[in-house]
Amino acid sequence: MSKDIRIKKGLDIKLKGKAEKVVSVASRSKVFAINPSDFQGVIPKLTIKLGDKIKAGEPIFFSKKMENIKFASPVSGEIIEINRGAKRKILDIKIAADATDSYKDFGIKNPTELSSEEVKAHLLASGCWPFIKQRPYDVIANPTDQPKAIFISSFSSAPLATDDAFALENEQKEFQTGIDALKKLTTGKVHLSIDGSTNSFFKDTKGVEIHNVFGKHPAGNVGVQIHFVNPINRGEKVWVINPQDVAIIGRLFLQGKFDSTRTIALVGSEVKKPQYFKTILGADVSNLISENVPNANVRVISGNVLTGTNISKNKFLGFYDNLISVIPEGNHYTFLGWHPFIGNNKLSINRAFFSWLTPNKEYNLDTNLNGEERAFVVTGEMEKVMPMDIYPMQLLKATMANDIEKMENLGIYEVAPEDFALVEFVSTSKIEAQEIIRRGLDLMVEEVG
Amino acid sequence: MNFLRKQLDKIKPNFDKGGKFEKYAPVYFAFDTFMFVPNHTTKRGAHVRDGNDLKRLMYVVVLALLPALFFGMWNIGYQHYTQLPNPTDDPNFVFPFMDVFMFGALKVIPMVIISYVVGLGIEFIFAIIRGHEVNEGYLVTGMLIPLIMPIDLPLWMLALSVIFSVIIGKEVFGGTGMNIMNPALIARAFAFFSYAPFMSGDKVWVADASTIDGVSGETILGTLASNNTPSYSVMEMFMGYIPGSIGETSVLMILIGAALLLYTGVASWRVMASGVLGAVVMGLLFNAWGANALMNFPWWQHLLVGGFAFGIVFMATDPVTAAQTNVGKWIYGFFIGFFAIMIRVFNGAYPEGIMMAILLMNVFAPTIDHYVVESNIKRRNKRLEKNLKAA
Repeated sequence: MSKDIRIKKGLDIKLKGKAEKVVSVASRSKVFAINPSDFQGVIPKLTIKLGDKIKAGEPIFFSKKMENIKFASPVSGEIIEINRGAKRKILDIKIAADATDSYKDFGIKNPTELSSEEVKAHLLASGCWPFIKQRPYDVIANPTDQPKAIFISSFSSAPLATDDAFALENEQKEFQTGIDALKKLTTGKVHLSIDGSTNSFFKDTKGVEIHNVFGKHPAGNVGVQIHFVNPINRGEKVWVINPQDVAIIGRLFLQGKFDSTRTIALVGSEVKKPQYFKTILGADVSNLISENVPNANVRVISGNVLTGTNISKNKFLGFYDNLISVIPEGNHYTFLGWHPFIGNNKLSINRAFFSWLTPNKEYNLDTNLNGEERAFVVTGEMEKVMPMDIYPMQLLKATMANDIEKMENLGIYEVAPEDFALVEFVSTSKIEAQEIIRRGLDLMVEEVG
Repeated sequence: MNFLRKQLDKIKPNFDKGGKFEKYAPVYFAFDTFMFVPNHTTKRGAHVRDGNDLKRLMYVVVLALLPALFFGMWNIGYQHYTQLPNPTDDPNFVFPFMDVFMFGALKVIPMVIISYVVGLGIEFIFAIIRGHEVNEGYLVTGMLIPLIMPIDLPLWMLALSVIFSVIIGKEVFGGTGMNIMNPALIARAFAFFSYAPFMSGDKVWVADASTIDGVSGETILGTLASNNTPSYSVMEMFMGYIPGSIGETSVLMILIGAALLLYTGVASWRVMASGVLGAVVMGLLFNAWGANALMNFPWWQHLLVGGFAFGIVFMATDPVTAAQTNVGKWIYGFFIGFFAIMIRVFNGAYPEGIMMAILLMNVFAPTIDHYVVESNIKRRNKRLEKNLKAA
């Protein structure tokens, strides 16, 4: 049975530099990196040494807290760098890739014939487990849990987002196999939400409950969809996974190997010809950037401009990302830039700008903060972009005060930092909402678990 | 502007960490960010941000106050001159516009200057002591305070009221964004209770009224409170050709400001609408009762006189001290209107009630929000209970 979800509150941020639907194969990167900070709360324990040769799919490290969660190498090659920071914290592990990958063989399996435990073991052994994340807290799922449901959002409504229906056009079989495997992990349903305004192959997926979602960003956020379909209460766990990663799991079962090839979009106003590229997670994208981005004063983001990671210095594709956004840096001064009704090249939900007159204009936004951080003053603006039945400002304040009971009451279990990205975008006082929510979730993990 | 930017960049190292004037960094940065939106880029979280910032927002409010300010200057002169005997033989003589305006301007501008210099001075001192940046909140407060004062208030009293309001009304709570009550109204309340003879009665609303014989400078509410019928037409009330605090008299000018605030969405339309609604309900109730002149004063004329319009548009809508939830804003605004008219009618000693009504509801705003948010919490807990039962 499918149920329609209509999101009224929110904001579509239209930016210049949308990817054309053309896929090229990116020239193979020489170096790949795995960055443990992609995995919230995971303390890595290395299983390799500098100079070791490994195959794609062989583990590089595992999680200290949950030792059976392994993190595999995306390519075959040699470990050439292990960078450590303060307190010997591992910053990243770099692998010099072979010219062609040799894969560790995990064996071809049919998930429908396996038991739940066998599927789990297979995913854990192959390094596919970290793709599955848990709500609440937005962390890697605990394999010993029984999730009440699994949610997959087949589309992203974020600015310039990758169209996964296009990226997976030729991998419907892999996607379906991945779904079959995921179905074994829950006694509840597997929910697949699809963009109601388009017609994609996702609607033919079998064994899932399909939801048509309409409306503005954050309609594509899986957290928002969960909120409307089957909200998370205290003590409940729901698992989520990105569609391209479902296909990676599908490949594992169909081909017996950890093939983390992704179709990513290279987008943003600074990209000469925004389009899609086939690459592998962890890939060094500096060549891709230098070939396609003429300017130097830019910010390179792994992910979208609202929630992505700044990779201007260390240009590696993040573990969960299928998008590279490149926008101008905003490190410039604007003379009397706060004057109302001036500077209308900027996007604002406030009508002291004229941007509301041109709702379809594509903007060229830079990274300028457009002001400075201040105390909470304006009320009502955050609510305009928060579709969930949650008071965003009250939840942020409770989180800043570490008031756990209040955070629970106000719905901390239902949100992830990405759900507060728009709140952060519109905040007149430039409140770092995503960071506040992340800290709050970490506190909940520690105190409540 | 490159020249200014270069000069600012040149002296900046003195204010950076380890510089000669490190302590006074907030002063430098306040000026710098006033001239230029800084080159700060996003460090964490969303890489792009909405173009709006607090400075722009505060400046919109200041813009919205300008019609009332300029009209106030003119009206101060007008009220003064119309009380004077005709200096010519021409019965149709009118005082020249510029004379009238300049008379008022010369009285009002010093008040605005005192308010800003004293208030911002304290803000800077606190910024230096606390080592944070100067918040923009006082840009609005500094304009509001003179506009809600009678014209003949001595400047030193104004300065004391500003000092009291900024320190006790705002800084003790932690500064902009943390205060419970509207700082501008705190200034007025301070002056009102400390220097009552200068803040009420029939001699303070027209410039120099106390020194000129034969002046009838009573406000309409004052007249009504003494059970007399006011001698002003409805048009005069609406246009604001009446005695009163500097900025409060012209409903027309206030409506122009309100239009800007509502168009930009800076002020909450919910608070304004419910405030008017509350006043109308109370006014109708009193009209039905009709025991004295104030009660018989038509409900819709209540909206035109006194500080009601100014208070609802510019002071009740202060987002920091108002209720913060949308439902809460309806309740908060309604009771401000309701109580404002009630205090007017019942309390003869204070013929204007909007100040007290707003301050009272400022105090109750967090309570209103608490109950609104509580209903959200209850919904969530009910859902949890239902699920636990089902399981």
